[in-house]
Amino acid sequence: MEAIYLLIPIALILVIIGIAVFFWAVKNDQFDDLEGPAHSILFDDDLPEKNSEKDKPES
Amino acid sequence: MKMTALVQRPSMSNTGSSLDCYHCGLPVPASADYPVFIKGTERPMCCPGCQAVANTIISTGLDQYYQYRTDLAVTPKPLEDELLDELALYDRSDIQLDFVTHIDDQQAEAIFLVEGITCAACTWLIEHQLNKLDGVEQCSVNLSNHQLRIQWHTAQIKLSELLGAIYSIGYKAYPYQSAAEDKLQKTENRNYIKRLGIAGAGMAQVMMYAAALYAGAFDYISGEHRDFLRWVSLIIATPVVFYSARPFFSAALRNLKNRHLSMDVPVSIAILAAYFASLGSTILGGREVYFDSVCMFTFFLLLGRFLEFRARSSMDQSSHHLTRLLPDTATLIEQGKQRLVAIRDLKPGDTLLVKTAHIIPADGLVISGQSSTDESHLNGEFIPVAKALGDAVVAGSINVEHPLTIQITDVGQNTKLSGILRLLDQARATKPPIAQLADKIAQYFIATVLILATGVALAWTFIDSSNAFWITLSVLVVTCPCALSLATPTALTAATGSLQRLGLLVSRGHTLEGLASISHVIFDKTGTLTTGKLRLQHIHPLGEHNRHQCNHIAAALEAHSEHPIANAFEASPLQAFESRVHPGQGIEGVIDGQSYRIGRPDFSFSGATLSPPKTSDTQAQWLLLANDSTPMAWFQLNDEIRADAAETVQQLCKLGLNVELLSGDYSNNVANVAKQLNISNYRSGASPMNKMTYTQALQTDGAKILMVGDGINDIPVLAAADVSIAMTSAADLTKANADAILLSSQLSHLVTAIRHARKTHRVIRQNLGWALAYNLIALPAAALGYIPPYFAALGMSLSSLVVVMNALRLSKPLAKTVTSEPPESQLTSA
Repeated sequence: MEAIYLLIPIALILVIIGIAVFFWAVKNDQFDDLEGPAHSILFDDDLPEKNSEKDKPES
Repeated sequence: MKMTALVQRPSMSNTGSSLDCYHCGLPVPASADYPVFIKGTERPMCCPGCQAVANTIISTGLDQYYQYRTDLAVTPKPLEDELLDELALYDRSDIQLDFVTHIDDQQAEAIFLVEGITCAACTWLIEHQLNKLDGVEQCSVNLSNHQLRIQWHTAQIKLSELLGAIYSIGYKAYPYQSAAEDKLQKTENRNYIKRLGIAGAGMAQVMMYAAALYAGAFDYISGEHRDFLRWVSLIIATPVVFYSARPFFSAALRNLKNRHLSMDVPVSIAILAAYFASLGSTILGGREVYFDSVCMFTFFLLLGRFLEFRARSSMDQSSHHLTRLLPDTATLIEQGKQRLVAIRDLKPGDTLLVKTAHIIPADGLVISGQSSTDESHLNGEFIPVAKALGDAVVAGSINVEHPLTIQITDVGQNTKLSGILRLLDQARATKPPIAQLADKIAQYFIATVLILATGVALAWTFIDSSNAFWITLSVLVVTCPCALSLATPTALTAATGSLQRLGLLVSRGHTLEGLASISHVIFDKTGTLTTGKLRLQHIHPLGEHNRHQCNHIAAALEAHSEHPIANAFEASPLQAFESRVHPGQGIEGVIDGQSYRIGRPDFSFSGATLSPPKTSDTQAQWLLLANDSTPMAWFQLNDEIRADAAETVQQLCKLGLNVELLSGDYSNNVANVAKQLNISNYRSGASPMNKMTYTQALQTDGAKILMVGDGINDIPVLAAADVSIAMTSAADLTKANADAILLSSQLSHLVTAIRHARKTHRVIRQNLGWALAYNLIALPAAALGYIPPYFAALGMSLSSLVVVMNALRLSKPLAKTVTSEPPESQLTSA
């Protein structure tokens, strides 16, 4: 059972890192739109880039 | 909001039926021929606007939009040159000052509000359309608040070109000026998310350790391990209590300062007491810790608050559209020349040209031209008012037929429109608060518990001082107001969710409790009980022509008019030539060599005085169709009553409510609508002020009022009523001031909502009753020292669980009241 003296502090550190990342994400507008990103992942982005020839995406 | 509103439209399918527009889903008129080839298939479009937009989308290679979308698009208006001129105004640096921030010499950034976004595919379409343009550095559309943030190279592309690109795919974009309160709201939103994150993560961690501790209590756990787990729980619970739960503490403090006990007080006491008791146990090696309960309790209460905050802020955001009631620009006439100017540059005495279908930007007098203006949002009159030389026009009304030249009498704060909005503050200040049951109980409960706990602590100090602390703690834990404080919010959250699925968006916390106790329902007429659109009701042929012939001739003539009356007619297979519109009178034109007139009887046929046929519907608008020699047919038009209005009124009466009709419309039509719907109490010609004072007079007599409305003229009365509901078609500002929005346009849902609110009220009372009963039984036992703290903690969790389960009964989907579709045009049956 002595393992908990090592594992729990590690877990605590991971939680702190996780929360720090979460706060960073909130600060950088990642949570301002709670609806859009859920859909946008389903849309293709392989469209012609600007300045390149504008051929239609294959259908 | 708009997404759901569109669900009303013909059902969405990407294949599209042959009769519905592939782009926007409106029926395609028989005479329309605007095909577009999308991925090799010919798709019908309803109008040149849709066709142009669809062509733009395809030519830029974004036709996948049609695959991605889950909702139909909004019907766009064709791009006019005038619009491009208006957009060019945004290139002026003095106007850009308001909303453009320059990042460096080359790049600028601005935020726009985009109108017409219906689903996630719209954001995809706009982003891709803009990203294709040279000079656009970055752009993103937020689906939640419809804001477009765009960053561009000022040397490479002009702002007006960016806006034009958005218009060309069928959306409208306005500069967005963020208000101070908007920033506050954003910070608050982020704080809520952070607090929830901490509370959620903390809850998960602490519950893990709690599971180990509970297991250890039954099985064996060494004191050393137990203490270690407790210390770890303490470390995690501390930020949860002092960061996540802080809003509760500050609200409680504020309430105490105001000498008022709200639910925040027991919540704060529960969290702090449980935390410090656990802290004591951890340090002194006591019997129980409650860190898991503390975290869970905080998380769930915070979640409820966050959801309420989000609903409220999404509605507040639309109130920033305030300026959208007026256009940004106006056409100023100076020394015979036309010039586009920003609206804030206008001053009384200026001469303006107001084009057809444009919003009148300031109060003024007509100095040339003849037209009619649509003031339905301002006074509830559904038929546009004819305006000629010398007539006054008001800011915010829409010029319907012909260009008008007006001289400004009042601008900005002095306009009638601003006057209505000022009434709003007055109405808000006098709004009666809805007493919240839980808060009332909290007042007595807390005082009692605190006095009792002190008494118990004192008594046990004398009886057996070694046990005094634990027994007092048991008393506090067993009477933990968790169940009591969860009783109301859980029930409200569950009920709000199910109402939202039904199509009633509740934005204020008190709405449901208010709905359960109302005594009067007051409806506005135009746009609420009626659809606010004219509809052809009967055709009475006078000569040898049959109904269909007359209808076709009339429709062909009306096709040349922009007056709302024209919308009542369907597309005609005939075509009228040499047509002329006489404002306020009618239309004349030539069909197959024969000339016809339709409009007011004295205009259409001056030969004899005719009176329209007598029907029960005495207040309808009558149009006469005549050729050169003889009158041909009477057309009866009326504001169409919503299909489910009569049934709704009947059901509301059955619920024991007084139904009244309060309209700003001066026409006799109000009486007629009231009669048709069996409403005995009605008033017409009520100004916004009248409406408000009438409501307040009822309230002083003890009435609890539900106001349902949609116009800007309804805003003060909506704010004054105990509970207010706005229709989905209402102006944004109206919606922002209502407690709830009826997204479905189905009035019958009001009945369901009131029933559900009453049920919610019952559940809340059951919950409170249960929580109090539990406390009454447990308290004496705890005070006498029969309940050990761990048992108290168990009881606390169980009583909360019962409350939550009971509340969840409210989240069952509500049966949608099935109402018949609006009856088909009665032309055939009449």
